[in-house]
Amino acid sequence: MTMAGRMPEPYGRDGGGANLADILERVLDKGIVIAGDIRINLLDIELLTIKLRLVVASVDRAKEMGIDWWEHDPELSTRARSNQLTRENRELRERLAALEALEGGRGQLREREKRQEEDR
Amino acid sequence: MTAQGGLRYVYAVCRPFAAALQAQLTGVAGAPPGLLRHRGLVAVVSTVPEGDFAAEPLRGHLEDLDWLAATARAHQGVIDALTTVTTPLPLRLATVFRDDSGVRTMMEAREADFLRALDRLDGRVEWGVKLYVDPPEQASAPAGRPASGRDYLRQRRMRTHAQEEQWRAAEEFARILHQRLSERAEDSRLHPPQNAMLSGVSGQNLLNAAYLVPRADSEEFVELVDRTKDEAPHMRVELTGPWAAYSFTEPAVEPMPAPATEPAQPAEAGEQR
Repeated sequence: MTMAGRMPEPYGRDGGGANLADILERVLDKGIVIAGDIRINLLDIELLTIKLRLVVASVDRAKEMGIDWWEHDPELSTRARSNQLTRENRELRERLAALEALEGGRGQLREREKRQEEDR
Repeated sequence: MTAQGGLRYVYAVCRPFAAALQAQLTGVAGAPPGLLRHRGLVAVVSTVPEGDFAAEPLRGHLEDLDWLAATARAHQGVIDALTTVTTPLPLRLATVFRDDSGVRTMMEAREADFLRALDRLDGRVEWGVKLYVDPPEQASAPAGRPASGRDYLRQRRMRTHAQEEQWRAAEEFARILHQRLSERAEDSRLHPPQNAMLSGVSGQNLLNAAYLVPRADSEEFVELVDRTKDEAPHMRVELTGPWAAYSFTEPAVEPMPAPATEPAQPAEAGEQR
């Protein structure tokens, strides 16, 4: 075919390998999405971690360039939400423990006052 | 045709094409891909074993990076072969149907979408351009052993300064490069930079972009990229392609309405997609 003849030779794929990340980011993240008979939500899978690994080293720099899709990723924000819950939970437990300690301390204080009164 | 213990894996949808696929081409499970014609469209399909591609085993396999990598490469191999003979509309990995009639039903349901996308992408390919910055340690030459504590601090300050300069220069170059390439492309997409752990490439990936370019203009585009390669020290421009237009299967989403401060421009017919 004439059009094939006008195309430059393929780049970056000599010796049997485009970089795996190049291929994965295209076949997993791009391309038409169609719900087949076999329903697999790619986001449900640990692929998510691959996505995360694709995401990078330098989130700040990506953001500067306007690349922030992961912030809208429901899986990722769910994860963010659950992290927040875990943190809140821990903080609440700490505060409770502190209150209990304080209450316990007051109890001891009262005991001591009672004893001092008895001594008098 | 019945599936006979096999499922139908769909790679792409195309307009009918005359050229034959490479005889030795194999698909994701080793079977050669075939064409399933329905009305004005062709689906490129192959038979895959139910034992691997039914929901349960498939979910398990997808957790396995080796399996995933092999499947992704096979999928891409078929798309690649199609790209040499036509303009395929690539489907996402692991689009699987029970049988041919399931594929036909899907083609009929999405016919209008497919035709619209195929018209938009006809005769175009995708080129990937990535910009890497060398790790700073490597870039700033070691200035020998420090003679004293003060000397050490001075060297360290200079190194930090050099690194910051290098980043600034790299970011500026990335912006200019993207702008320049976008001017020569019909459309572009910015992807998240790649992690070196998965790509196995050294250096920090700063720009990871895809450009939609007519086949006829591809040679010129490639030359343009080649010319930029020597422009910036400590940076590496990497070109991949031609890919099927994976990144452009969805029409560009306008990020937001034009800011009110911009004077309204009369719409130009040539710019409408």
